[in-house]
Amino acid sequence: MTARIRERTGQFFRMRRFKTQVKSVTDTSSTILGEAVARATPAPIASRIRGLSDRSMAWLFITPAIALLLAVNIFPLIWAIYLSFTNFRANRPNAALESVGLSNYSRVLNDPNIWQAMQTTAHFVFWTILLQTLIGFSLAYLIDRKFRGHAFWTTIILVPMMLSPAVVGNFWRFLYQPQIGLFNHIVSFLTGIPPSSFEMLGSVRLSPWAIIIVDTWMWTPYVMLICLAGLRSIPDYIYEAAEVDRASLWRQFWSITLPMALPFIMLAVLFRGIENFKMFDMVTLLTGGGPGSTTEVASITLKREAFESWRTGRASAFAIILFVAVFGLANIYVKALNKVKQR
Amino acid sequence: MTAQTPVPSKQKRPFFFRRGPMENIATGLIGLGFLMLFQPFLLIFYTWSLVTLLAGTLMFIIVSKFPE
Repeated sequence: MTARIRERTGQFFRMRRFKTQVKSVTDTSSTILGEAVARATPAPIASRIRGLSDRSMAWLFITPAIALLLAVNIFPLIWAIYLSFTNFRANRPNAALESVGLSNYSRVLNDPNIWQAMQTTAHFVFWTILLQTLIGFSLAYLIDRKFRGHAFWTTIILVPMMLSPAVVGNFWRFLYQPQIGLFNHIVSFLTGIPPSSFEMLGSVRLSPWAIIIVDTWMWTPYVMLICLAGLRSIPDYIYEAAEVDRASLWRQFWSITLPMALPFIMLAVLFRGIENFKMFDMVTLLTGGGPGSTTEVASITLKREAFESWRTGRASAFAIILFVAVFGLANIYVKALNKVKQR
Repeated sequence: MTAQTPVPSKQKRPFFFRRGPMENIATGLIGLGFLMLFQPFLLIFYTWSLVTLLAGTLMFIIVSKFPE
């Protein structure tokens, strides 16, 4: 017994000595590194920096980021607002700009085609978000059970998210082929309908759903990942306490899992909502807005106005309307998110 | 029998400077504008959606700076 205590005490002191040595080595190396950096700084700059306050130093470090933000985000936004009040055409960049007042906004807000594009966008955003949230959360709930090989399946599920939209769009075009496409053959196998009797991308009724299926397939893993982070953040002792209280699994899900994962689900919905309002690449690759204008979402109409009809001023007004809509919605959504977090 | 300590009456802010109700009104306007923008029923609602959205958003930006 005494020998064991002596051995444990020895181990403890050896470990403490080792930790002290590691700490001293780390401190020494960071000091050496700091001194090397200080030596490498040219003398005039070093003397100038030494005289700066903490606040000035902070400004010095964030100035490049702010400058980049202004150049890449804020300036184009202000420029687009300015162009939305003019008759600017991108094919005539040197023509004199004339102010047209609110005429561009008035035309956009009275155009039935643009109104139709807004409805198509709303349909697309609503269904993709609903499906992605439901499937994504269900998958996250399953993966969180930590069954055998869950890490492997997580990786497999995440693959679509890692692919480029250009690749996804191209191979789904093949999958949707009526004669040779795998999708049509699977539907045929399950329902008995002949595979070449329906065309997912060429049908007015089915083409919006074809895009919704592809977007859901591609982005559900993203929602799943965020939901999984939410589920993993729930401490085990809450479930243990619920089990002690003999709460059923259903009750545990409604009273613990869902409320505690809700901020994460809301965050995923916000991210996907903003992204889907801007959806352009996938629709262009799959249908190009067709057949007719069935799948012409707002961003495709905007591009056509700006670079096919060359009414760039009007397209800018349309872009600003979309921006105001998303910005306003994001504001109230963040407010709701904060309320949920505070509960 | 027991003497009550007079409670100083709390100065109430006018309705238009209270953050809670004004934020709710702004949120309602934004929601309404958003629905008007994407609804498939009447073009006139679509036409007036931007004004409603803009009013709500600007109001929200201003009233969210009011003290609690």
